[in-house]
Amino acid sequence: MSRFEYAPAPESRAIVDIKSSYGLFINGAFVEATDGKPFKTVSPASEEVLAEVSEAGPADVDKAVRAARKAYDKVWGPMPGRDRAKYLYRIARLIQERSRELAVLESLDNGKPIRESRDVDLPLVAAHFFYYAGWADKLEYAGAGENPQPLGVAAQVIPWNFPLMMLAWKIAPALAAGNTVVLKPAETTPLTALAFAEICQQADLPPGVVNIITGAGRTGQALVEHEGVDKVAFTGSTAVGRAIAKSVAGTDKKVTLELGGKAANIVFEDAPIDQTIEGIVNGIFFNQGHVCCAGSRLLVQESVYDEVLARLKRRMSTLRIGDPLDKNTDIGAINSPEQLARIRELSQVGEDEGAERWSPECELPPQGYWFPPTVFTGVSQAHRIAREEIFGPVLSVLTFRTPAEAVEKANNTPFGLSAGVWTDKGSRILWMANQLRAGVVWANTFNRFDPTSPFGGYKESGYGREGGRHGLEAYLAH
Amino acid sequence: MTSSEDRLRRFLLGLPGVDQVGAEARAATLSTRSIKTTAKAYALDLAIQMIDLTTLEGQDTPGKVRALCAKAKRPDPADPTAPQVAAVCVYPDLVATAKYELRGSGINVASVATAFPSGRSSLAIKVQDTKDAVAAGADEVDMVIDRGAFLSGRYGLVFDEITAIREAAGDAHLKVILETGELVTYDNVRRASWLAMLAGADFIKTSTGKVSPAATLPVTLVMLEAVRDYHEASGLHIGVKPAGGIRTAKDAIKYLVTVNETAGPDWLDPELFRFGASSLLNDLLMQRTKLATGNYSGPDYFTLD
Amino acid sequence: MVWRPTLPTKSDPARLDVRKTYKLYVGGAFPRSESGRSYVVNSAKGKFLANASQASRKDARDAVVAARKAFGGWSTKTAYNRGQVLYRIAEVMEGRHEQFSSEVAASEGLSISKARAVVDASIDRWVWYAGWADKLAQVVGSSNPVAGPYFDFSLPEATGVVAVLAPQDSSLLGLTSVIAPAIVSGNTVVAVTSFERPLPAVTLGEVMATSDLPGGVVNILTGSASEIGPWLAGHLDVNAIDLAGVTDADEARDLEAASAENLKRVRRPADEDWAESPGLSRLTQYLELKTVWHPIGV
Repeated sequence: MSRFEYAPAPESRAIVDIKSSYGLFINGAFVEATDGKPFKTVSPASEEVLAEVSEAGPADVDKAVRAARKAYDKVWGPMPGRDRAKYLYRIARLIQERSRELAVLESLDNGKPIRESRDVDLPLVAAHFFYYAGWADKLEYAGAGENPQPLGVAAQVIPWNFPLMMLAWKIAPALAAGNTVVLKPAETTPLTALAFAEICQQADLPPGVVNIITGAGRTGQALVEHEGVDKVAFTGSTAVGRAIAKSVAGTDKKVTLELGGKAANIVFEDAPIDQTIEGIVNGIFFNQGHVCCAGSRLLVQESVYDEVLARLKRRMSTLRIGDPLDKNTDIGAINSPEQLARIRELSQVGEDEGAERWSPECELPPQGYWFPPTVFTGVSQAHRIAREEIFGPVLSVLTFRTPAEAVEKANNTPFGLSAGVWTDKGSRILWMANQLRAGVVWANTFNRFDPTSPFGGYKESGYGREGGRHGLEAYLAH
Repeated sequence: MTSSEDRLRRFLLGLPGVDQVGAEARAATLSTRSIKTTAKAYALDLAIQMIDLTTLEGQDTPGKVRALCAKAKRPDPADPTAPQVAAVCVYPDLVATAKYELRGSGINVASVATAFPSGRSSLAIKVQDTKDAVAAGADEVDMVIDRGAFLSGRYGLVFDEITAIREAAGDAHLKVILETGELVTYDNVRRASWLAMLAGADFIKTSTGKVSPAATLPVTLVMLEAVRDYHEASGLHIGVKPAGGIRTAKDAIKYLVTVNETAGPDWLDPELFRFGASSLLNDLLMQRTKLATGNYSGPDYFTLD
Repeated sequence: MVWRPTLPTKSDPARLDVRKTYKLYVGGAFPRSESGRSYVVNSAKGKFLANASQASRKDARDAVVAARKAFGGWSTKTAYNRGQVLYRIAEVMEGRHEQFSSEVAASEGLSISKARAVVDASIDRWVWYAGWADKLAQVVGSSNPVAGPYFDFSLPEATGVVAVLAPQDSSLLGLTSVIAPAIVSGNTVVAVTSFERPLPAVTLGEVMATSDLPGGVVNILTGSASEIGPWLAGHLDVNAIDLAGVTDADEARDLEAASAENLKRVRRPADEDWAESPGLSRLTQYLELKTVWHPIGV
């Protein structure tokens, strides 16, 4: 062997025990759906059917909301924070104990590489529960008043890109603040949420505090529109977020939304170049680009354009696409045929509008939904691929000359979730951070998350923050 | 108005910075690569062939050097298919012994020189030290840079010393030890790497092994980036040698992954990458045995020299 | 419904039990006092319980060295990490609930059910403090809107080695309440226990030794605060001192005066109800605040 070929290094599937079918988790038990139509969830890497999952119809949604309401009124609402904290700590510990299993399950259901679910997703899931467990008995210090009260029953709808992590971001603060929840995972990624339901049982969580109902768009809509819900939390597309905001108008429901983005990753000529290339790659190819805060627009200072592009392409050539369960895989499968079609469509638009397309040579597996990491150069603000969220491993490259121009281009979008700044100069980092209309600014790094660090968007990227002390606000009356 | 030292300084200070957190994160991600079965077998054999088997102790004797040379030629007493190492590395006054023991084997003799490990001596002595090593038969010379001069910004002095040793080394191939543990910052490591390459190094080496920390994965990553960039600019291939602190096969494999994904497959060759190590060899042999037989081995089955 | 193990009864009444020995806890290990001294510890009712090590000034000196050595590592761990360790302390204490309960009952003269309530409260207090580790900076720190183009933020940092003269009466809950707030933010502690009621502290040391708490972060010296206190108060490598266990006003004044030599941060003794929720006061006592300025400009 003259080249160093990495042999297959698969993580074992034996650790997960996937049932052939799942009911809905309502009031502490798995029950059969009454009026929905079951559907299947597949592994996007192989198209293998993983399990059959129930659809919660309107009657099931109602049952779940009632269970949450009863648990709120009778058990969780009156419970002292000290005890809520202990339940959350139990859940955090159980997640740590079952981390490997949950990571494998996530990679199977979602398509993301095991290295990421193992090293990024799962540690953050556990950490979120630990962090918010510690707030449950200290709410008077959260900055929301001396004796802040929960809202009641929270309806939570989450996306498919970080299934268990999005669940943690929703459930942990809600429970810490004293609310009960009904959560609907995305229809293509229900399995880790259903495993989480089991964890709630192992933790002896009182029935009805957490309810997990599976289904697709109409289940989510029924849940969000249910009269018995005090709070709506949604992460997903801006289009659906708009619809939710409309539907709660005139009601008493509080709402927080975490929506799409088209983040600018801005590279100055004095950036630490090797780490910058890593940051660009991580910014758009991490999680196959299925990231709302992905650095999908590379704004590179014209004076270093050639060098940055050359290094970027060279680095992209070492990316490994393939079996999500292989420990050496860098880029996994696209989550669904629908998403793959959208990525393909927009990429075609990019070509049609005159941008230049490049991907490294890579062998895509014959089965499953795959898209190679792709770069479009010669892109301008007017191009659709510079304005619309693709939600895939596709980077659009634009140039700028001055900091002011970079800011102008970065802000010239209805979105405002995140931004990246790469430069060796501290004052410039802070100046850029001040000017950028984005909820999260990463300087000389990208895609960093922590339960202590508030995350959320400006403008059409949504409102409300998750993480940190501020993440509790969404779930407290004030 | 601008001296050549000024020009050198401006060039070195104008190199792109290295973000510590980012560099260490990249090294950590490369460390998660899982190298199994056929890939592992390839890596283990390659790593053995890249070893500069080293003894650099005040108490070294000809007897010790003979034992080391015997091991270099036949690392695994039970398995003649185990490859040989690249070189044996000793102090200049033991070069002749090593040269004699290794005659006909194809294994090189590397000698440290230039008032190793501190480098705190006059240029005349350092040059003579080098000439003595080469006269005794050294195929390779591992010199140290003047870290005091580097840290006080006298880059011209450091440069001139390297070119003087380059000349004194004649046909022997020159490794320049940066002593990265004393340079401390990755920015300094990048600058020192470029300085050494511009001054004529054939290899840049992390450490003497006498200072802690010695070689680390992030430092080696930065040096591999430097040789890659230097190759882009000049067409020349310069080698990299991490030395000191690499004790396990697992670690060695992480380094090979880093070489593979940073400088590229050209550097997966003893001509361009070496490990300065001694106890690493036995761990590589143990892992090799496990791959071949399926059983975990133990230290009793490998020689201690 | 909380599961509790039943009070241990001898399976064989004729069986002799293996008695526990009580030593110091310094640098992660359990040495006897270098002075070789021990003293009799009786229960509140006067029954012999054990010979506890009597710590000397040299033990205190060694403990400060251990605490200083541990400070670099402990204060630079992530807050998340420190929180995990404190939570683990609570977990391991929970497993030793009955042992602590019988020690507290004997030491403080409480009924077993009241002692159990004290142990419950102590464990819960460790849990409460564990949750503070990664929140202090958010509650105590700030971003400051200065009148100029500067990014200006203030962050709390641990002060260093904290000497603690633990409460004389409250042998576990009071002890917890003076140690936990110091270490959660990254300080390391040298604690002198209650003189008459030192035993639960040693068991707490055993819990700490098995909870991933690095050696030296907490050091427990059983013995006399009157004897050891002045040595700690005058020690130039101790950054702060908590006089909670000093019952005599003149002694407290002298210790505070001695602490002034290197401007230690001093917490004076006060009438404390350890059952009450502690608030932020002890948490912020051992924190420094660092303010950083940086210009904002292209």
